[in-house]
Amino acid sequence: MRVEGITLSFGGVRALNDISFEIKEHEILAIIGPNGAGKSSMLNVINGFYHPQEGTVAFKGKERKQMRPHEAAKQGIARTFQNIALFKGMSTLDNIMTGRVLKMKRNFLWQALYWGPALKEEIENREFCEKVIDFLEIQAIRKTPVGRLPYGLQKRVELGRALAAEPELLLLDEPMAGMNVEEKEDMCRFILDVNDEFGTTIALIEHDMGVVMDISDRVVVLDYGRKIADGTPDAVRANQDVINSYLGVSHDQMAAQ
Amino acid sequence: MIYREAGQFKSSYGADQAIFPIRQDRIALVILLALAVVAVPLFAAPYWLETILVPFLVFSMAAIGLNLLTGYCGQLSLGTGGFMACGAFFAYKLSTAFPELHIVLVFLLSGLGTAFVGILFGIPSLRIKGFYLAVATLAAQFFLVWMFNKFPWWNNYSPSGVISAPPRALFGDIYLTGIQATPEIKYSFLLVFVAVMALVAKNLTRSRIGRTWMAIRDMDIAAEIIGIRPLVAKLSAFAISSFYIGISGALWAFIYTGSVEALAFDINRSFQVLFMIIIGGLGSILGSFLGAAFIVLLPILLSNAPTALGLEISVELISHMEFMIFGALIIFFLIVEPHGLARLWQIGKEKLRLWPFPY
Amino acid sequence: MPVRTLSIWITGVPLAIGAIGFAFSLMASLNPSFFFTWPYFLEVLSAGLLQGVMYSLVALGFVLIFKASSVFNFAQGSMVLFAALTMVGLIEMGLHWTLAFVVTAGVMVLLAIAIERIVLRPMVNQPHIIMFMATIGIFYFLDGFGQTIWGSNVKILDIGIPKDPIFVLTGLVEGGMLVNSFDLVAAIVGAILVAILAVFFQYTRIGRALRAVADDHQAALSVGIPLKTIWVVVWSVAGIVALVAGIMWGGKAGVQFTLALIALKALPVLILGGFTSIPGAIVGGLIIGAGEQVAEVFLGSLVGGAIQDWFAYMLALVVLLFRPQGLFGEKIIERV
Repeated sequence: MRVEGITLSFGGVRALNDISFEIKEHEILAIIGPNGAGKSSMLNVINGFYHPQEGTVAFKGKERKQMRPHEAAKQGIARTFQNIALFKGMSTLDNIMTGRVLKMKRNFLWQALYWGPALKEEIENREFCEKVIDFLEIQAIRKTPVGRLPYGLQKRVELGRALAAEPELLLLDEPMAGMNVEEKEDMCRFILDVNDEFGTTIALIEHDMGVVMDISDRVVVLDYGRKIADGTPDAVRANQDVINSYLGVSHDQMAAQ
Repeated sequence: MIYREAGQFKSSYGADQAIFPIRQDRIALVILLALAVVAVPLFAAPYWLETILVPFLVFSMAAIGLNLLTGYCGQLSLGTGGFMACGAFFAYKLSTAFPELHIVLVFLLSGLGTAFVGILFGIPSLRIKGFYLAVATLAAQFFLVWMFNKFPWWNNYSPSGVISAPPRALFGDIYLTGIQATPEIKYSFLLVFVAVMALVAKNLTRSRIGRTWMAIRDMDIAAEIIGIRPLVAKLSAFAISSFYIGISGALWAFIYTGSVEALAFDINRSFQVLFMIIIGGLGSILGSFLGAAFIVLLPILLSNAPTALGLEISVELISHMEFMIFGALIIFFLIVEPHGLARLWQIGKEKLRLWPFPY
Repeated sequence: MPVRTLSIWITGVPLAIGAIGFAFSLMASLNPSFFFTWPYFLEVLSAGLLQGVMYSLVALGFVLIFKASSVFNFAQGSMVLFAALTMVGLIEMGLHWTLAFVVTAGVMVLLAIAIERIVLRPMVNQPHIIMFMATIGIFYFLDGFGQTIWGSNVKILDIGIPKDPIFVLTGLVEGGMLVNSFDLVAAIVGAILVAILAVFFQYTRIGRALRAVADDHQAALSVGIPLKTIWVVVWSVAGIVALVAGIMWGGKAGVQFTLALIALKALPVLILGGFTSIPGAIVGGLIIGAGEQVAEVFLGSLVGGAIQDWFAYMLALVVLLFRPQGLFGEKIIERV
């Protein structure tokens, strides 16, 4: 996965300015930066929701310029959202089952009968979803409407829905925002497990520097729509630009200077 | 006490996904259907069949159709009357042009035709949402009724503009339409037909296609990002919904009233069906039936109430009062239970499962 | 409105009218049975525009309520009917029309209070579609209520506005243009009403509060704007606008049940102009009024007449296909 020279603007506002970076297979890439730096816009560009004015996105070696989100999904890109975007009227199981829509092929006449191949397909996909449910440890809320779930669990269901699509590239937009320490630890574990077990490539946006430095293989730093750093967590932590614009300086260091 | 599911274990996902996973529900449904098939035609007076049960079933069909579109896919439509008119007039043209065509086939084909019209008027939904779409569907409503009213080709140049259902047999000499058709036959046919169609609708809503509709309804952007094509999802909802509504229009003209003019499918018809699904419950097939029953029974109750109470009120006044009470009841219902009768039913069932030891 | 948009409108509208007229004259030259003359065209157009003012008046009520409470008030039409019925009823009881107007306005305020208490307050935070349904409930209730009290005969509402056709622009066009003086008065009244509303919303405290509520209910609440009062005020204002619309419509066509249905025509006006824009409601009304009149007169006969029934909706639909946000809406940037 490569993005090359991406520029995106809304009216006169430049959200992204000539951004290029690479997401390597099987790695966990973190995108960090202050609010309004264009992180979410970047994810929106990658999965085709926004169309950049300039630049190209190449996924699995194939370049694309204009693409609808559902086509990106078909290529194997799944994502979660900063503000939870679950289907509130549906149960946890149904939400995760919607993640499988691209895997189900029977036409609607079979579905109308709910019998034979359609039923078989339905049950096969249900089995896969149950695996996801087991993996995320949300068996107990299988049939609960997601609107009634607490925030942390909703985030987990959303991850489940993305996983159900068996993506090759998983985009996570602040998967740990608003969580307490325990929930964060759980989520970190899931992310690492997904990466290990399924070999899924992950790109995530996160504000918690502790988490970012712990779990990511590489970090890209954005600021005001520009890329200011790209490298291993340690290298980024030492980068002066990053410290100035985002990480900040502790009082001791300031005193030392 | 009797309504317990303890001890009923499901060992396969198939069993867990059944429409009625609880055994008592299945038993109750079988009994209900048996009663409806055997007992009702035997014991109910023809008046009951003609004025309550037949329109109830026809309306249920329309309500299911609209519920698929509005309740499941979230696309508010005020064009139901127009689509019902489509079904009625398509069926009329088909059955008069091809007299040897079987009547059930006529119904299905007219539904299919309406589905195409539905797709046509559903195209704006790809760009506009919510109330804007609702107003846009009014275009369908007014245009279609105008078209059927204005062009005499549709009613085979009948001077009154009224179409009358030609007599057609279900099989042999058992007539389903026309004057030879008995209320019992009409009722029994509708019962079976609507039940099958309801089952099909239920199946659709619990499969992939239904989930794509609900995803579009709940959050269309997220739906698109997980790979649902809004075009396909919305237009399929419009098509299938119109299919049901078209058939219900055909049933209305051919079985319920026997003869009908285009103006019978005016905007009030659209509202009537919309009320059914709101009161019955959006996104619920059962709710479509409950809502249809409510809206069919309410005016009958209201118009009979004054005489039952021994009051002398002029007919005109009664009709105004009906409007008033109808409006008030709608508001009352929305305040008390905005999720409709189906939700009340569900809550009742949940209570019953625990009764008499709720803790 | 930015200067650029304004200049587009100022140049665009005459051009569009000219183009349509030109197309018709072309058709007339091809088909001798197609009747067209420029003065006649302009006459029809102006009649349509004046009709459009009426639509705007009804649409204005919708916009006010939608802005302040995001409620799509389907009952606006029946409020028009109810107000007109009440006014006629009071005049028939012997009141002078000015007094009847004041009393009816009072009734509309009471109605607004009742609606807020009984319907809106228990339904705060319900989804919009449920609120919409509730207003359809109000629609039925008011229809029934008004006719239960005042009866359902067609009534004549006469408050002394002359109805004679008059000729205007005699110097400019040969033979002059025929305009109904009643329509002209209605247009002027409409303009005055809009001006008053604009001042009210722009410069009074309550108007400011209202705009705040329109932007964000919760934020408005949190800075201490009383939502309930605002709703009552808005519904009252909408009620009085309905009354004015009712007087105009009723004076023109008689007060009867169909009045509530004529108000349905205000809906395409709304989608053209956008649900939240007062200028949108005005311009939308004019476009719809003029458009359907011209279409009916010149094109209706080609397809069997009575295309007025649906033309407005189709026009709105076509516009929406190209501009989903309506004529005045801003382009929506969707975010996730």
